[in-house]
Amino acid sequence: MTLMQEIITVAMMVLGTVATRFLPFLLISSKKPTPGYIRYLGIMLPSAAMGLLVIYSYKDVSILGGAHGIPELIATAVVVALHLWKRQMLLSIAGGTVLYMLLVQFVF
Amino acid sequence: MSPTHKRTRALRAAFPYTIPILTGFVFLGIAYGYYMTSEGFHALYPILISATVFAGSMEFAAVSILKEAFDPLRVLLLTVMVNARHLFYGISMLEKYRAAGRKKFFLIYGMADETFSVNCAADIPPDVDKGWFMLWVTVLNYCYWQFGTAVGAILGSMIHINTEGLSFVLTALFVVLFLEQWLKEKTHHSALLGLGATLVCLLIFGNQNFILPAMLVILAGLTLLKAPLSKAGDRA
Repeated sequence: MTLMQEIITVAMMVLGTVATRFLPFLLISSKKPTPGYIRYLGIMLPSAAMGLLVIYSYKDVSILGGAHGIPELIATAVVVALHLWKRQMLLSIAGGTVLYMLLVQFVF
Repeated sequence: MSPTHKRTRALRAAFPYTIPILTGFVFLGIAYGYYMTSEGFHALYPILISATVFAGSMEFAAVSILKEAFDPLRVLLLTVMVNARHLFYGISMLEKYRAAGRKKFFLIYGMADETFSVNCAADIPPDVDKGWFMLWVTVLNYCYWQFGTAVGAILGSMIHINTEGLSFVLTALFVVLFLEQWLKEKTHHSALLGLGATLVCLLIFGNQNFILPAMLVILAGLTLLKAPLSKAGDRA
């Protein structure tokens, strides 16, 4: 690619990303009252989107090969247990991450 | 409350939420900057792409895309598909971001997965300005990513630490924020639908193609359940 073609290619990535982020705000008018269906989605979607994001962050774990997802399973269980016990966000995240690093570097 | 006071108070409330992202983004940013320069690109490429595109998975993809034949339309479609999940974030944040006035432009522009999840699930104390809190989360996360990319692009080849497994910090963040959301809500239909539909689609379609089907199943599920769930006063 020439430099100009590279710039256009990157500009397309910017345009595509910005489009997915701004589209709902552009399509749904702020002047008219939000339609009931969209308001319903606005209330219900956050939990579903967070669920999607959780699964998305495990998408590269292979159940059949490697460590069979065991380190991920153990570390996640520890994150959940720590969080339900102390409810300290940083403690839960740091505890689970350090354990995960030890597991993949030394155990599995 | 003076405007400066309002800003610093919001920053103090927002920063702790971004610490896991600081760790994850600096680490992943370094990985990205290093990867792109090691593939023969000048350090300015990852730095400028991070500053403008600001969407991790597309930035990694840019390394191979820029080596392929010039095809802007295909790149545009690919980007929209890879980032389609942002549409859900936008619908979820419509009212919260609109209430933030002029700040909404950067809030929307910088709405990465991690930023969305914090702004969506964080328990903002009542005495903290919501608009400033969300803006700080967005700005801090943006800066962490730029910093990581620049370090990786410029110094990457000199850094050798065994960081295997460190990227789990972002997975742990999503799990914790999901739990927070779970503990806040009265019923869990939507959360379970999000987890279940996405998991099933991941198993059926594989890790390259599962997001769009998962989004459609979630949308269909919520639409079908609208009457019973609205009546149940879910999360009212």
